[in-house]
Amino acid sequence: MTRPGTGPAWTADELMEVNAARALAGARTCFVGIGLPSTAANLARRTANPGLVLVYESGAIGARPSRLPLSIGDGELADTADAVVSVPELFNYWLQPGRIDVGFLGAAQLDRHANINTTLVRTAHGRPDLRLPGAGGAPEIAAHCGEVLVVLRHTRRGLVPALDFVTSIGHGAGPGSRTRLGLPGRGPTAVITDLGILRPAPDTAELTLTDVHPGATPAQARAATGWDLRTAPVVRTTPEPTAAELAALRALKAGGAA
Amino acid sequence: MAEILTLRDAVAGLVHDGDTVAMEGFTHLIPFAAAHEVIRRGATDLTLVRMTPDLIYDQLIGAGLVRKLVFSWGGNPGIGSLHRFRDAVENGWPRPLEVEEHSHAGMANRYAAGAAGLPFAVLRGYRGTGLAACTPTVAPVTCPFTGEELAAVAAVNPDVAVVHAQQADRAGNVQFWGLTGVQKEAVLAARRSLVTVEEVVDELRPRPGAVVLPGWAVTAVAEVPGGAHPSYAAGYSVRDNAYYRDWDALSRDRAGFAAWLAEHVRGGAPR
Repeated sequence: MTRPGTGPAWTADELMEVNAARALAGARTCFVGIGLPSTAANLARRTANPGLVLVYESGAIGARPSRLPLSIGDGELADTADAVVSVPELFNYWLQPGRIDVGFLGAAQLDRHANINTTLVRTAHGRPDLRLPGAGGAPEIAAHCGEVLVVLRHTRRGLVPALDFVTSIGHGAGPGSRTRLGLPGRGPTAVITDLGILRPAPDTAELTLTDVHPGATPAQARAATGWDLRTAPVVRTTPEPTAAELAALRALKAGGAA
Repeated sequence: MAEILTLRDAVAGLVHDGDTVAMEGFTHLIPFAAAHEVIRRGATDLTLVRMTPDLIYDQLIGAGLVRKLVFSWGGNPGIGSLHRFRDAVENGWPRPLEVEEHSHAGMANRYAAGAAGLPFAVLRGYRGTGLAACTPTVAPVTCPFTGEELAAVAAVNPDVAVVHAQQADRAGNVQFWGLTGVQKEAVLAARRSLVTVEEVVDELRPRPGAVVLPGWAVTAVAEVPGGAHPSYAAGYSVRDNAYYRDWDALSRDRAGFAAWLAEHVRGGAPR
């Protein structure tokens, strides 16, 4: 998907990935899910945050893969890590006490309070539910990381008025939910899509469009959202991807997984 | 002391109809060869436990041997869905599949409790999620010291754990390294255990970060070089990512899967 009339300067996915990587500037440690989050986190190490410590749920802490891993357990993650620990240790000693700054998650469905469904999707007319992969590390990543970033493509199927299942908690029913549930982390602070960036409003914790990517409009984002998406008083436009960002991203993907 | 057996004899002796079986290995060291021997042997009505069902359980489920799956993330990593798993859950093919879904943290703690001989483990997890309500092995528990409400998860004690390791010695002592996942806990939580290994060596040389399981804590060892393929064994092989990619198309329809099963597993020689 390129911008008509302007030539293939970048794709909507690249805008999403570049902005997801930018969101990791300043973080010390990041718990990385596979897929888009892994692309973003590895891009951040090559651009906005070279010192970023990548933590993979397979037990690799401080992994420095030279190529994008296909799975969370590719051999290179362990070979390049500062420490390799067992899975129980990773969740109990490293994630649970709040040692990880940022959790980076994907989502099949996301609601206006950034709650996440990765378990099942209900279908109409008595057809069976669609089975999704499930929870994985996400419920506790969403609970315990200092903050959570979510990355997903902007569609009405993904950004829904009500989840079919709550797999991982974002801001629950709204302000105060996380405190009532005893969730130590701040929860989702940004949702980065291929159209822009949504952030929880300070007073309502409802996801609000704060930024659009170059070439996208608030109307486009609203049309691609399953609820009545609010927009910030001033919607900013994210800076165009730099040549360096695009080069790093494309090299990362071309190197790909073996 | 662990008996050193052929894979065929080990599976025949350890895995029975109706058993609860945990084949572990977190992306690394997944015991595929042992699973294929279970398929050839036809042990059925299994309850399978595993954090990431991966292709190994997709194959066992598609082969019709599985009654129930206890798991925390059932996808093809970096690729997409497990189609045999989805077909069983969504359409009951080739048989209905009962599922029990946990989080990774919950499953890891269930194994740790099993290994410790405790009835349950405690974690700060599942809060606010829909998982606890539909999972009977998660329940709230109050800390007797602080009053904090936490999640209790029931211990998992499989009838048999199956794992793959790099090496064993002739006394059945086992050593594995790299990403060691939850295999130590799975073996110690299980009543019986089978460890397939890349090689049996005269003497185990200690490796940094390795897990060592003394032979007296393991039931059987079988030498199966390449037994983790298409997963891998650090120091011996690399992950066959092309196999994982190809599985997506191959497993998408029932006929394609059946043909694969007949040719590559049921037609394969026992080891």
